[in-house]
Amino acid sequence: MTVEFGHFSLILALFVAIVQAIVPLLGAQQGNAAWMALARPAAVMQCVLVTVAFAMLMRAYIVSDFSVHTVALHSHTAKPLLYRITGLWGNHEGSMVLWVMILSLFGTALSIAGCKVPIQLQARTLAVQAMITIGFLLFILFVSNPFWRLDPPVIEGRGLNPLLQDPGLAFHPPLLYLGYVGFSIAFSFAIAALLEGWVDSAWARWVRPWTLAAWVCLTLGIALGSWWAYYELGWGGWWFWDPVENAALIPWLAGTALLHSILVVEKRDALKKWTILLAIMTFSLSLLGTFLVRSGILTSVHTFAADPTRGAFILILLAITVGGSFLIFTLRAKKLKNSSLLRIFSREGSLLLNNALLSVMMATVLLGTLYPILADVLGIGKLSVGAPFFHRTVVPLAIPLLIIMAIGPLLAWKQGSLGRERRNILFRRVWPSAFFATITYIFMILNRESLSTAVGTGVAMWLGVATLLESAERVLLFRVPIRVSLRRAVNLPRAAYGMTLSHFGLAVLVAGLVGATAWETEKSLILQPEESTNLAGYTFTLAGLQSVTGPNYRATRGTIIVRRYDDKSIAILYPEQRYYTDPPQLTTEAAIHSTGMADVYVAMSETENSQQLGVVVRIYYKPLVPWLWYGTGLMALGGVLSLSDRRHRAGGHPPPLPFWGYESHAPCI
Amino acid sequence: MHPAFRLPLVVFLILIGTFVLRLVTVWRGDVGETLPSAVALVNRQVPPFALPALPGRGRCLRSENLKGQVSLVNVFGSWCVACLAEHSFLMALKESKTVPLHGINWRDTSAEGAAWLRHYGDPYDRVGTDADSRVAMDFGVTGAPETFVIDANGVIRFKHIGPITSQIWQAKLRFLIERLQHEES
Repeated sequence: MTVEFGHFSLILALFVAIVQAIVPLLGAQQGNAAWMALARPAAVMQCVLVTVAFAMLMRAYIVSDFSVHTVALHSHTAKPLLYRITGLWGNHEGSMVLWVMILSLFGTALSIAGCKVPIQLQARTLAVQAMITIGFLLFILFVSNPFWRLDPPVIEGRGLNPLLQDPGLAFHPPLLYLGYVGFSIAFSFAIAALLEGWVDSAWARWVRPWTLAAWVCLTLGIALGSWWAYYELGWGGWWFWDPVENAALIPWLAGTALLHSILVVEKRDALKKWTILLAIMTFSLSLLGTFLVRSGILTSVHTFAADPTRGAFILILLAITVGGSFLIFTLRAKKLKNSSLLRIFSREGSLLLNNALLSVMMATVLLGTLYPILADVLGIGKLSVGAPFFHRTVVPLAIPLLIIMAIGPLLAWKQGSLGRERRNILFRRVWPSAFFATITYIFMILNRESLSTAVGTGVAMWLGVATLLESAERVLLFRVPIRVSLRRAVNLPRAAYGMTLSHFGLAVLVAGLVGATAWETEKSLILQPEESTNLAGYTFTLAGLQSVTGPNYRATRGTIIVRRYDDKSIAILYPEQRYYTDPPQLTTEAAIHSTGMADVYVAMSETENSQQLGVVVRIYYKPLVPWLWYGTGLMALGGVLSLSDRRHRAGGHPPPLPFWGYESHAPCI
Repeated sequence: MHPAFRLPLVVFLILIGTFVLRLVTVWRGDVGETLPSAVALVNRQVPPFALPALPGRGRCLRSENLKGQVSLVNVFGSWCVACLAEHSFLMALKESKTVPLHGINWRDTSAEGAAWLRHYGDPYDRVGTDADSRVAMDFGVTGAPETFVIDANGVIRFKHIGPITSQIWQAKLRFLIERLQHEES
């Protein structure tokens, strides 16, 4: 019964969404305040209904109700409770329900927290939001319905994919969806603004926190996915330029550009059309990613159950959403007038450059991902675009981006050209970073590192030092008494700290990427019990081999003792190779010891007769890999800090002038 | 209307057109299986060939090796990430001793191919190295990984494009192989 209740609740949500999409929009068109006011309760209602459906589905997973088709396919009683719950979104149908639930949660959040938004804009935004919900609800109800019953029910479920039973993967999809879906708010705001024909700094202030929140979630989601691939797949890599990975990276690049261009709208009342276009594109690219992953038109390492019917449905959805919004953009964008011109040697000028580079980067990754399809359709032949293409195209774009990133925050807003005085100030602020970057570069070259390593570490140093100096400059460190500096530091807005942390995080990330690529050493060899080998100053001894039996697998587990030169054992690692019986699957459980600066990574595979011949052991010494996680963590933390800035809190900023004629504020609940 | 504002719409429409064309291909069968090169060889005798072994591995691969029992031929390369994705499945398949699996090391130097197998584990019975795609072309290989199901008479019975996962194994390959093995006995 509860399953049908959930199903019915989802259908009701569809009807609520239809009302929410039409009535407030008409109300905004005709100036009918009562119709516009319907948007907020409808958004809340829709959210409640979708959440009920989600909860009912979750109940079916928790109690292992194998009369439900998707539960029977994707769950199993032997799964621990946590993975029974997360199994809900480990499959296509369930993940779509999670997607819609997050979408409706964002809608509700907007209707509650966005109470300072003028009612007309809010009504239109929520209506657009509801249109997206309608599309996805239709998609779920018609082609990916998780509520269908199975008759007769099966006794045991079939879903025990061992690779998916992992905390990293369990929380990777929700975070990723929070990111993708979060960008829908910016999208809806952009469409509403186009319909209204105005964008101003108040609009930018309303949109920015949503974009920032989505960006933080997407950043964490991508990092978590990468981390999972790193330690669970046992290949020793963390990024493979796989279509599924690119599908998340492309909206991230667009979202990062959007985050910065919104700033220009807010501070300088410029770059409006571009920002609107970016807001539309960021969400469209999230949809495109979903389409690519689920339609099966690209061959990927991460196979999702691909189904052309679903592919066609998402394609239609994509065509209507994206085609429609680009059409609105084409027709209405000319209404948006910028009130100021951009000058290149100013903060906004550097942000424009950063946007251009990020967009080219995004287009490159998109092209690289889609090129195999384009080539196939155009009959150029089948081919695959691999990591070398992306390295050769993305890195040359990243270097100027990182260089500009360091200078941008040092420039003032709205400055015309670089006069002599300003040039001197800029020089004073830039030279220490240039100095350290050059030292790093020369040091690397003298150490016979490759040119790319030298440039990479140099650029990371440049950005890191410049970011910290910019912070120091803000509090006038060492130029005024330290007490004054401290007071200034306390009074600095959190958004400033947020930027510093995020930019510094990126410097750490870049250093990690360069270091982990350049200085990784690895070795694979056959080790017999009690045999040892050396790598990067560590001694690895295979102390023993055991056979282990799990609930549905048997495994060989190695015990490897890691010692340093001084002969102190620093870690005992237990890499495993597991054989799952039905369906046959073999997984490599890598064992990792992290020192905080470097990872020691051990994976093991069996030979024909492991007890006598020994096992194949792969050992990697990966310096700076932990920096990848520190870097992304800092970036996300910076986003959160900036989000908590007073400027972004609901009601924290002065209400905009009610020049659009209606009652300007909806009452706050 | 400023022409520049039309640009996103135009680019997007071209993209959508591409996707529609591609999706139609996918709809008509599995990706690539409708391409002439992909279907041409199914239900035909394996083209005669002899490929040298990988260094340090013995056991080369010839067309005669593919007769006498049902076998799989898997095209792989050390440069191919998707091959790594199916690799763990292939290892488990070897462990299960269901069917012999041979490999064609395609568009690869034999040193790198051999190193790859030493590094990640070797799921194959026989491996032939085909650096200049001479044999791969005869097989109608369009990309890696691809896997051919070959019956006891040396006739190609099925071709799977892309990595094999447990789901694909259950859905497409397992019953075909069991049926062919049954026919053989």
